[in-house]
Amino acid sequence: MQIDCPFCGKRDQSEFTYSGDATKKRPDHNDQDPQAWFDYVYQRDNPKGAHQEYWHHTSGCRQFLVVERNTMTHKISSVQAVGDLNKGSAE
Amino acid sequence: MSGYRLTSDTGATPVSFKFNGKTYQGVQGDTLASALLANGVTLVGRSFKYHRPRGIFSAGSEEPNAAVNVVRGDELEPNTLATTLEIYNGLEAKSQNCWPSVDFDVNAINSLLSPIFVAGFYYKTFMGTSNKHWMFFEKHIRKAAGMGEASVTADSSRYEKQNVFCDVLIVGAGPAGISAALTQAATGARVVLADENAQMGGALIGSTQEIAGQDGDGWVREQLEKLKTFDNVKLLPRTTVYGYYDNNTFGAVERVSDHLTTSEAKGKIRQRHLVLKSKKVILATGALERPILFGDNDRPGVMLASAVGKYVKRYGVVPGREIVMFTNNDSIYQEIAELGARNVPIKAVVDLRDTLSDYAAAVKEKYNLRIYHNAAVVRAVGGKALKSVILNNGETLTCDVLGVSGGWTPTIHLQSQQGDKPVYDETICSFLPGMGHQDYVSIGACKGSFDLSACLSEGGLAEVRVEDEPSLNILPVFDIETTKGKKFVDLQHDVKTSDIKLAKQEGFLSVEHLKRYTTLGMANDQGKTANVNALVVMSKERQLPITEVGTTRFRPPYAPVSIGALSGGEYGEHFRPTRRTPMHEWHLDHGAEMINAGAWVRPRVYKKAGETVTDAYIREAAAVRESVGMVDVTSLGKIEVIGPDAPEFLNRVYTNAWLKLPVGKARYGVMLREDGHVFDDGTTWRLEENRFLMTTTTANAANVLTHLEFLLDVIWPELKVKVVSVTEQWAGLAIAGPNSRAVLAKALHDVDMSNEAFPFMAVQDAKLGDIPVKVARLSFSGELAYEVWCPSHYGYAMWDQLYQAGQDFNITPYGTEALGTLRIEKGHISGPELDGRTTVDDLDLGWAWGKKDFVGKPLAGRDGMVDEDRLKLVGLVSKEEKAIRPGSQIVLSNAETTLGVSQGHVTSTTYSPALGKYIALALVKNGRNKIGETVYATYPLKNESQAVEIVKPHFFDPDGSRMHV
Amino acid sequence: MSRYSIFNLVGNALSGHKNWKEAWRSPEPKPSYDIVIVGGGGHGLATAYYLAKEHGLTNIAVIEKGWIGGGNMGRNTTIVRSNYMLPENTHFYEWGMKLWETMSQDLNYNVMFSQRGVINLAHTPGQMDAFARRGNAMRLAGVDAELLDRDEIARRCPGLDMSPNARFPIVGGMCQPRGGTARHDAVAWGYARGADLRGVDIIENCEVTGFKIDGGKVVGVETSRGDILAKKVGVAVAGHTSQVMQMAGIERLPIESHLLQAFVSEPVKPLIDTVVTFGAGHLYISQSNKGGLVFGGDMDGYNSFAQRGNIPVIEDVASCAMTMFPNLGKIRLLRHWGGIMDMSMDGTPIISKTPVENLFLNGGWCYGGFKATPASGWCFAHTIATGEPHELNAGFTLDRFEKGYTIDEKGVGPVPRLH
Repeated sequence: MQIDCPFCGKRDQSEFTYSGDATKKRPDHNDQDPQAWFDYVYQRDNPKGAHQEYWHHTSGCRQFLVVERNTMTHKISSVQAVGDLNKGSAE
Repeated sequence: MSGYRLTSDTGATPVSFKFNGKTYQGVQGDTLASALLANGVTLVGRSFKYHRPRGIFSAGSEEPNAAVNVVRGDELEPNTLATTLEIYNGLEAKSQNCWPSVDFDVNAINSLLSPIFVAGFYYKTFMGTSNKHWMFFEKHIRKAAGMGEASVTADSSRYEKQNVFCDVLIVGAGPAGISAALTQAATGARVVLADENAQMGGALIGSTQEIAGQDGDGWVREQLEKLKTFDNVKLLPRTTVYGYYDNNTFGAVERVSDHLTTSEAKGKIRQRHLVLKSKKVILATGALERPILFGDNDRPGVMLASAVGKYVKRYGVVPGREIVMFTNNDSIYQEIAELGARNVPIKAVVDLRDTLSDYAAAVKEKYNLRIYHNAAVVRAVGGKALKSVILNNGETLTCDVLGVSGGWTPTIHLQSQQGDKPVYDETICSFLPGMGHQDYVSIGACKGSFDLSACLSEGGLAEVRVEDEPSLNILPVFDIETTKGKKFVDLQHDVKTSDIKLAKQEGFLSVEHLKRYTTLGMANDQGKTANVNALVVMSKERQLPITEVGTTRFRPPYAPVSIGALSGGEYGEHFRPTRRTPMHEWHLDHGAEMINAGAWVRPRVYKKAGETVTDAYIREAAAVRESVGMVDVTSLGKIEVIGPDAPEFLNRVYTNAWLKLPVGKARYGVMLREDGHVFDDGTTWRLEENRFLMTTTTANAANVLTHLEFLLDVIWPELKVKVVSVTEQWAGLAIAGPNSRAVLAKALHDVDMSNEAFPFMAVQDAKLGDIPVKVARLSFSGELAYEVWCPSHYGYAMWDQLYQAGQDFNITPYGTEALGTLRIEKGHISGPELDGRTTVDDLDLGWAWGKKDFVGKPLAGRDGMVDEDRLKLVGLVSKEEKAIRPGSQIVLSNAETTLGVSQGHVTSTTYSPALGKYIALALVKNGRNKIGETVYATYPLKNESQAVEIVKPHFFDPDGSRMHV
Repeated sequence: MSRYSIFNLVGNALSGHKNWKEAWRSPEPKPSYDIVIVGGGGHGLATAYYLAKEHGLTNIAVIEKGWIGGGNMGRNTTIVRSNYMLPENTHFYEWGMKLWETMSQDLNYNVMFSQRGVINLAHTPGQMDAFARRGNAMRLAGVDAELLDRDEIARRCPGLDMSPNARFPIVGGMCQPRGGTARHDAVAWGYARGADLRGVDIIENCEVTGFKIDGGKVVGVETSRGDILAKKVGVAVAGHTSQVMQMAGIERLPIESHLLQAFVSEPVKPLIDTVVTFGAGHLYISQSNKGGLVFGGDMDGYNSFAQRGNIPVIEDVASCAMTMFPNLGKIRLLRHWGGIMDMSMDGTPIISKTPVENLFLNGGWCYGGFKATPASGWCFAHTIATGEPHELNAGFTLDRFEKGYTIDEKGVGPVPRLH
């Protein structure tokens, strides 16, 4: 696989580290509800097909990217910086 | 069989080689197979199961039979195909899977037992009454199986890896691939053309077929010359593109020097692993001929019709004196024409069909062929060489070569590896590539375009004029009914049509079950010439159309590739980078015994003459408590945390409070994972208002950095904080012991080392000569101690100057062992206690549990995390004055020391010179409530155990008075 | 007579093998069963077998989407061991080991269980200590384990790089002598045949498309071949646990599906007589009876259902293999493939009741599924038959994550790719 890092360009997957499901939203830092934390830390949709996930450009810019990748075909349909994603959801 | 070499090639360079100990002559450009055929050698190996004599079946990487062992010095290269092995002067090869010789093989007796050795027989027997029986049989079965013998000596060859990027990758340099390369090259694209053979040109090599007014061979040479003139074209002969991976990434192995003599190859890379990444991909992988099944179709001398043609065209070698051809299609007539053009006679053609196409009729006419129509070969006769074939009309034809063509199977391995389902095509009676989900196109024979004009036009050279050629005209008959002889579908694995029938009878219906039960298609050739015929047999048995029988998925590699090449040479000393501190040489010069700590290499002990490791660490640790010692701590992880929100960030990351740490002070911190378990610990120093230097354990340095980056990048982007690893930028040492202050006071300037000016946990800048250093008054050893850090390039000088300054105090360098002793005496935790399963409370760090919210807090309160039966950190003291072994288990009674219920385990152990006792740290179930109790540290692996007393983990100077002086 | 033996084999050989019966029937599904097991892999088949054998329950169907044993059962590297450290794992896998030791005789099917030993190499004294901890825990629990010194390692593993100057020199190792390998396909077929002989219906090419749930209770499954009622349903579909359980309304599980590649070389004459694992990287290697070197290493490290991996792992695995055994350079890789691992969040399996009554779950096997086959089937059968877990799988509950009783053998936390 290759991932088109928005900061560095297209790079081999070996430069990146997979960092899990990007649809999981961490509860508010001061949230005390263990159920919410349990869901965040342990529970996964684990979809067969489109998956939004974090990849860390470990041997590159060290940014976290949000990659949309198909878990059946490994085809990547989009890559964006986490920052851009946050901006998008804020709008 | 009595093959011979056509005499026209007089200019060829002779090459001398050895096969099974006998010396033969071949010529430059020969494969071992062509050279053996030219020398009249028919018997090359023995089959896997029945040890039947086998010869040369094909002329390429699809070869099921002719695998040999290549000997270079004391290194062996087993299972090498004679059909692809290029000969060189001094080549030595031998037959495999036979004893004492290929001519007389004792295990051929297996053939007599073949009625028992049917598909799946071993699942039904060799069981006995206990597992020991199978272990007995297995030993013998393993010896009988296994094909070639491998070396035990290390491979002395060199390998390397290369990344290759291009616009267009073309796999296969036959007419289609070469045409495509020319077309693409003209557009200026970066083109890579790879082919597994030494010579590019595919079916056109040696061809007399007329193309654009010249013979095929001449034409293809001209095109290759043309390609060489393009700067944007890279030709990769002898390169097997073995696998198709995601995003148009391909794995390939280039055989750089396998074809060279041992002296020529010396110092050269043997094979190169290529990782090819291409925007566009053109697969022109061709097609493989497949045989027709009949009785004893494995006899040496029975070969693919196209192979007969290739030996003649490419190598000028005729495999036999009396050649009969057997076919169900027209492609064979083109081969016959090629042979005819070189005056190689064909004794007869056995054709399953009743009529001839115009093309075939013309060939018949021109070469005066004797053709049997509506005829079939039912059996081959011969042992180690073919003697004759018997036809379905009862007639016997003497011959030494039978060329067989059952049609062509497109080579769609790469396409299929991606998961694209092959599609069965009735007109060619084989499979075509399915819908691709990656960006590639298939052209030429691999997509079923078997005629040359189609290959050229699909490659973009539609205008090139080609002489008439035959269509396939295949009659779908692949399996000849016969009552005598074994019909082998998979030659290498000795899988017969009867095995397939038996598998069906026993309910192994799915193609995958068939493959696994019979081992069909699982040999080194992966059933390249067998799979389609197997499906034909199965479809007949199940009375289902072939499309409903299913296919198995092709798996990489297309053809076997060496493990050495795949490693790219990154093994042995190149396996992983070695991280050395700037003081490395000093340590070596001073007797250090080094030890790996992750990727780092650190001094374990500095041995003096006659000392054991134990002697050395006891001396070193005692020296620290008595006077002063120094230890290299460069390998600790170091992260700068910068920005106005850095205190807030640290406050969220660590369990304890960080908001009020003053500038110039350090603090110990504990951080958790989100699941509430302890992740790492270390000190973090506030260097400036908005600038902190965090230290981590050596082992977790990278993980902690990633953890922090994730939190900042993903969770709290609003925090104005940046983190960066500075592990490589700083060299560090700890100087510990009652005289540490005196040493530093002597060596450093621009700093007041007094207790008042430089209190515990303070961090200050200083100068060591010209070297700028940071000094932090921290103690892992429990002594008055300091860490001194400087830019890495001064590391050696810093160490050496402080060592010199410490001479008056008999300063003692110490290693990781003494470091361990000192921290165990103090009950400080390290790697063995930070095992990823412990909580803050487990490790007796409850004092660091902040009231505020921090990462991991919510889940740290779950029932299981606060269960009173959890393992808790305690100290152990030997009651028997002997060493407590690390890794011991804790049990409650002496009766349980060999079999019992574990109450925990010993994590870290040492002899304590300060206490004169053997002590340990341990994690013990509900341990904090067992202080004072006697339990047993047991080590069943060595049948040892001893009574130990559970004590608090802080053995030495529990109130910490020594480090505060 | 369907019993397999050498006499029966010779007899059949004399009569041209015309009389062999199918190893298991291909029945049409009945409208209802006492128990339906979803998933005809090793675990599902073993569960059905032990339900019949140990609990006398035979009105059972095993429903398989494709062909039995076609998932990870036929894709693993066939290693069997019980060298675990944490007590829950030690006892469970050791029970499995005991079942392995009598499996061929019990099933009357030669699964070729070869107790050739599993050796873990240690490259630092600290690693040796960690092995000792594990080995002592094993011994204390009645499991075999022994420490090996350098000389013994060298003697047992010719070809291994024993150089003291190696990047990570071998300092010793630990061995579980009773560990080894087995013929993976045979295990699936043997259990299938054994279950079938006891009356279990094995239904291939039948895909479960939904669950029939009534008032929080499962009452059957919907399949591509019609509805099938069942009093109890067990799910054993590792790799696709999330997808199947979602059909039962359990939206999320502590499981991610990951890709693990496996590798086999061309067959060579006996070269490695044991199972060896590398301690300075991730690699395990053994030699099949056919002669192929079978090896595997790290997962590809990202969620996947594709059953095929990528080059970085291939390169790493080859590097590790060559670093351990530098004599393997001229041996060729014959084939590599991928399987989909049910990676649980703590690296430990789940054999458990679920929030849906009478619906039971067996999954989260991570790397450990093959060796667990008998113990998993045995415990799952107990759990389904009695409605409660056996002592051996009492720790493997689904709710342990929520309650904080995770069983984390590697100590890496809730990061599936690291387990």
